[in-house]
Amino acid sequence: MIFGMMKIINFAHGEFMMLGGYTTIVCVKAGANIYLAMLVIAPLIVGMIGLLLERLVIRHLYGRLVDTMLATWGISMILIGIVTMIFGNTTESISTPIKGWAIGDYQVNGYNFFIILVAIGLVCSGYFLLKFTRLGLIVRGAMQDPNVAASLGYNPDRIYMTTFFMGAALSGLAGGILAPLVGLVPSWGTAYIAKAFITVVVGGPAIIVGLVSSATLFGSVNQIFAFIFNPVFGEVALLLCAVILLRILPKGITNSIFKGKL
Amino acid sequence: MMLDSNYKNLIIGVFLAIVCMLVLPYFIEYYTLSLLIIYSILALSLGLVWGFGGILCFGQAAFFGLGAYSYAVFAINIGESTLPFLLAIIVPATFAFILGAIMFYGRLTDVYLGVITLVVTLILFRFINSTASPEYMIGTAHLGGFNGIPNFQTLNIPGMPDAYIWDLDFYYVCFVILILSYLGLHFLVRSSFGRVSIGIGQNEQRAELIGYDVRKYKTILFAVGGGLAGLAGALYASWAEIVTPGLFSLGQSAEVIIWCIVGGVTRLSGPIFGAVILGLLKYYLGQQTLIDNNLVFGVILVIFVLFLPQGLAPAISSVWKKLLTAKKSTRNKLRKRAPRQMQRGHLNE
Amino acid sequence: MKINRRKFLSGAAALTAGVLAGPTFSASQTIKFGSLLDTSGIFDGYGKPMDKVARMAIEQINATGGLLNKQIEYVGYDTQSNMALYSQFARKLARTDKVDVVHGGILSASREAVRQTFRKSQIPYFYNVLYEGGVCDRNIFINGITPAQQVQTLIPAAVKKWGKKIYVLAADYNYGHITANWIKKYAKEIGAEVSNIEFFPLDVADFGSTIAKIQTEKPDFIVSVLVGGAHISFYRQWAASGMNKKIPMASTTLGAGNEQNILTSEETDGILVAYNYSHELDNDLNRKLLADYSAKYGDVDDLHLLALSHYEGILTWAAAVRIAGSVEGDKVSAVMETGLSIDTPSGKMTVDPQTHHSILNVYLSEFKDKKMQVLETFLQQPPLDTQMVCNLKTNPDDNQQYVIKI
Repeated sequence: MIFGMMKIINFAHGEFMMLGGYTTIVCVKAGANIYLAMLVIAPLIVGMIGLLLERLVIRHLYGRLVDTMLATWGISMILIGIVTMIFGNTTESISTPIKGWAIGDYQVNGYNFFIILVAIGLVCSGYFLLKFTRLGLIVRGAMQDPNVAASLGYNPDRIYMTTFFMGAALSGLAGGILAPLVGLVPSWGTAYIAKAFITVVVGGPAIIVGLVSSATLFGSVNQIFAFIFNPVFGEVALLLCAVILLRILPKGITNSIFKGKL
Repeated sequence: MMLDSNYKNLIIGVFLAIVCMLVLPYFIEYYTLSLLIIYSILALSLGLVWGFGGILCFGQAAFFGLGAYSYAVFAINIGESTLPFLLAIIVPATFAFILGAIMFYGRLTDVYLGVITLVVTLILFRFINSTASPEYMIGTAHLGGFNGIPNFQTLNIPGMPDAYIWDLDFYYVCFVILILSYLGLHFLVRSSFGRVSIGIGQNEQRAELIGYDVRKYKTILFAVGGGLAGLAGALYASWAEIVTPGLFSLGQSAEVIIWCIVGGVTRLSGPIFGAVILGLLKYYLGQQTLIDNNLVFGVILVIFVLFLPQGLAPAISSVWKKLLTAKKSTRNKLRKRAPRQMQRGHLNE
Repeated sequence: MKINRRKFLSGAAALTAGVLAGPTFSASQTIKFGSLLDTSGIFDGYGKPMDKVARMAIEQINATGGLLNKQIEYVGYDTQSNMALYSQFARKLARTDKVDVVHGGILSASREAVRQTFRKSQIPYFYNVLYEGGVCDRNIFINGITPAQQVQTLIPAAVKKWGKKIYVLAADYNYGHITANWIKKYAKEIGAEVSNIEFFPLDVADFGSTIAKIQTEKPDFIVSVLVGGAHISFYRQWAASGMNKKIPMASTTLGAGNEQNILTSEETDGILVAYNYSHELDNDLNRKLLADYSAKYGDVDDLHLLALSHYEGILTWAAAVRIAGSVEGDKVSAVMETGLSIDTPSGKMTVDPQTHHSILNVYLSEFKDKKMQVLETFLQQPPLDTQMVCNLKTNPDDNQQYVIKI
C-alpha cells in the first residue's frame, strides 16, 4: 500500500509486522484478550511507531526512491536491534486461540480460516474505502498530483502521513494475527519482507487489484511447488517467477494487464 | 597540468598506502587487517558500479559469495590455488555479465534493478542453503548446504601447492591486490570507456542520444564489478578457510551498501574508507554486549542517508586537498595558485 | 616461518630438561581458558547459557584452588552468530591471547571454521555440542551426543510403542540429513518403514502444506529433526490443527535448547526424546549443579542440554589437566586417550580413545508438563557412527570430517 500510493519502498515493513507480533505477545502475556491485542492494540501501536518514523525520517525523502529504500533498510535494522536488546533472540510465542477440527479425514487448522476471513475483510474494506468514500478520493488524488490536491485545500503532507500510518497499522495487524502461528524472533520480519516487497513491486501501481493478483499468483506458485517438491523449491519457484514477470512486464501486472483499474 | 596534478596525487596516495601497509600491523592484528582489506575490495566493486555506472546493486554479496564458492570448489578439485583463484574471478564476472545483459537489455531501471539483484541473491542463498544432501557434489567438493565447505586448499605460491601464503604474508598479498585493483579502476574510469560510463551514470538519456550503446557499457561495467567482488570472495575464502551460505545473505549485501554510503561513492577511495571504518567498528562492537550491532549500523545508515548522502570521502578529500594546496602555496609562495576548478573535477581523488 | 610458542617451549624445555622444571618456564601465572560462543545474534539462545555455565564452572574450579595451583582466566569472545567472526576471534585466541585451551563453537560450520586454526597452533579444542558425528582429528575432543547414540534408542522404542510406518521431518542441513539416514537404517533393522523424509531450510516457518501431506500419508508416528527458532512453529501448527491428538511424535532435537519452555505443555506432552541428560535425573551431582546454577543466575530454565554438555566438557578437561600435571596439548591428549572417565551430572562419561568422542548414558524420556520424564536408561552408549570411519589410534594424523555412508 505504501509503495503503490506513495512511491516508497519500505524495507522496514517486515519489522512493523514483527513489532505487531511482539505487541500482541506482550499484551497477551500481560493478560489482555488475544483478539483485542491483535486486532486493535497491535495495529494502533505499530501505526503510531510508523507515524513517528514517517515524521522523523521518511518525510524528508519523498521522491527520492533509492534513498527511502536505504533509509528504511536502516530503520529495519534499528528496530531489529532494539527488539533484540529488549527481548533477546530467544523465540517468543503464544498459542493459537482456535482449535482445529476435522473435515472428513482431514484435520484442519481452524485458525487459518480466521486469517482468511480477516484478509478478505481487509481487502474488501480497503477497496471500498479507496473507491467509494470521499477520503479515498482525496488520498488517490493527492497521490496522483499533490499540487492539485494542495490547491484544492487538502494538505498532501497530512495525507501522506495518514497513509503511512494506515500502512504501518496494517502490517502491525498482520504481525499480530500471525504471532500465534509462528515462533517470533526479532529477525522474523526479514523472512517475509522480500516476499511482500516482490509481490507489491510486481503487482504494479494499481494497489488492490495488483496486490491481489500478484499475491494469488505467487501464493499458489509457492504452495504448489512446496507441495510437489519441498518448501525450498516453492520459494525458488516464487523468486524465479518474480524475475520472469518483471522481465516480461517491467511495469508490474496491473500496468500491463489490468490497466486503469484500482 | 591537470594530468600532472592527478598523477602526483595518485603517486602520493599509493605511497601513503604502502606506508599504511607496513605500519598498520603494529597497531591492529594482521588477521583483522586482512579481513578489512578484503572488505575494502568488495566495497570498491560496488563503489564502481554504483558510483560510476549509477547501478544500485542490492546483490553485490551474490558475486562475493559466488567468488568464494567457486574458489573453494575448484580448490578442492584441483588442489593448487592459482587456477581456482582465476576462476573465482571469471565465474562471477560471467554471471554478472549474463545477469547484466538480461537486465540492461530489458531496460530495467532503478527499483526494478534493485528487486532483481535482490531476488537473484535470495535465490542463490536459498539454493546454496539447501545443498546439504550428499548428492550435491561438484567433482569431489560437497556443497554442504548450511554448513558450507571447509578444508580446501588455501592460497599458495603459484605452482607450489605446499607453500601456503598465510598469516602476515597473506595480509601483504591482500594489500597489494587492493592497491592494484584501485589503480586498475582508477585508470579504467579515466579511460574513454570509463568516461562514457560516468556520462551514462549521470544522465542515461543524454548518453543514449549522443549515440552510445548504454546497454553494452552498463553490462560490461557490471561484469567488471562482479569480477572484482569475486576476487574479494576468493581472498575471503582463503582467509576464513571455510565458505558458508551467509556470504550470499541480504545482511552481507546490506553491509556493503552501508560501507559505500558511509564512505561515499563519488570517489573510488570512499568505499574503502567506509569498509575499513565500519569493519573495525563491527569488530570492536563484537567485544561488548551492551548495544546491539544492528542498532548501531541502522542508526549510521539512516543518519548518512538523511544528512550526509555524499558520504565521508568528499569531506575527507577536501580536507586533504586543502592540505596539499597549502603545501603547494607555501612552496611556491610567489607563484599564483592553480585555478581551483582543475582540482575539483569529478574524478579527482 | 613462525616459531610457535608451544613448540618453542617444548623444545627449550627438552634442552634444559633436568635443569629447570617445566612449569616455571610457563609465560604466565594463570591458565588461559579460551571461549568462542554466540552470545548475540540468532543463535544466542544456545550460546548464552553455555557462556553462563562455563563462567560458573571456571569460578568453581578457581574457588577450590584452581588447576595446578594456578587460577584460570576466562578469555571469551562473542562471535555474534557470524562465521567470519569465528575465524577472526579464533586467530586472536591462538596468536594474540595465546590461550591454553579453547572450549566453544555451536554450529558445525563454526567448528569447521576454527578447527584448523587450533590444530595448527596445537591448542587443544573442546567442542561440547550435540552434532552430526564424523569429525576425526586428534586435536579436538567432542562430548556431544551423535545421531547413532540417540537414534538407536529412540527409534526402536517408538516403533514398539506406536507402529511401523514413520514420517520424518528434518532440518535441511548436515545434521538433519545424517540423522535422517540413521533413522532409516535403524528402522530397517527392526522391520519398520520410513514412508517419507522431508527437509526444511532453517528459516521455513510455514508448515501448512506439510501437515496436509502427513495427513494423506497417515504414518503411525512422525519424527522431528527440526532445528532452530523458525521450526518451533511446526510444533505450534501441528497442535493447532489438532494433529497432536491423532499422530504421536518423537524427536531428536526438541528440548536440546529447552524449546519446551516457549511452547505450552499441551503442545509438547507425549513427545518422545532420547538425550544424555534431563533435569529430572536423580543424582547428587545433578542436584548440586541445578542448585548452584539457580543460586547464581536465578533459575535453571535456560540450562539446556548443550550448556550441560559444555559444563561437562570443561570438567573433563580439568580432570585431564590435573592428572597430566600440565596444560600442554600433547600431555592432556595422552591422559584423555587413556579412556578417562569421570562422574558428571548426567552420569558416567568416558572418553573414547579411538575417536575422541564420548561414551555416554542415554535417557529415553517423554515430555510431560514441559519436563523430560525419564522412561528408560541406556548405560554407556558408544559413538557408533564416528567409530565406523575414524580410528585415531591407527591413524593419528587424520584430519577431516567424514560423511558416514550407511
